[in-house]
Amino acid sequence: MLGAGAVTLVAAFLRTIPEASAGEKSAQFKATLKALLDDAKPVSGGIEMNFPEAVENGDYVPLSLAVESPMTEENHVKAIHLLSTANPRADVATYHFTLLSGKARVTSRMRLARTQEVIAIAELSDGTFLMSGRNVDVKIGGCGI
Amino acid sequence: MKKPPRIKIPESAKVGEVIEIKTLATHIMETGNRKDASGKTIARDIIHTFTATFEGRLVFSADLGPGIAANPYIGFYLKVPGPGAIEMTWLDDSGAKVVETVALNVV
Repeated sequence: MLGAGAVTLVAAFLRTIPEASAGEKSAQFKATLKALLDDAKPVSGGIEMNFPEAVENGDYVPLSLAVESPMTEENHVKAIHLLSTANPRADVATYHFTLLSGKARVTSRMRLARTQEVIAIAELSDGTFLMSGRNVDVKIGGCGI
Repeated sequence: MKKPPRIKIPESAKVGEVIEIKTLATHIMETGNRKDASGKTIARDIIHTFTATFEGRLVFSADLGPGIAANPYIGFYLKVPGPGAIEMTWLDDSGAKVVETVALNVV
């Protein structure tokens, strides 16, 4: 029979398990983000991030990134940066768009060393930055990344 | 990049239409963080740059790091400005440069 003592023990044990989701962001991620934004304050949200919620294998994580934009001279997306908060290297890729792109959308596949939050930063033609994030649960981390 | 990249474009496109171009390169994307059996670090060898132009005008480009999966797949878009060909270039750490040109069937 479980008494109050046992419940306390279980609770104490649970507290020692690291955060199952995003966890701490790497120092390299923080430095990369700072270098990218300079002193600009990003607007939260606005980037469509299609990622699986969970993957068996971190070697192959399909993804797409998109920002709704008319893609005109006055109003377009210049680039979307893809950052990892827990891989050995924070900068995964930068995708550059032009008016000829027609839309600011890209599809790719990335590696994830472990469960983490993936961050996308979009750079707009008026100097605004957008920032969105997605948690991806990784069962087996991408090897050697 | 021993095998040529695979490229998929729509069979035909209209002027002003936004079409998706899908590309798949064959490449190990060696991260530079792995060690061989003797404990020596395996040198980084990744495709670091991809560029797409249409009749000499830049359409899309990508700077890739070791966090991109092996055999990099890139799907991107082109707003068809008229008849012409799309030229795609992949550059890797070994100095290899692969260029592929695909003509669009503009109707």
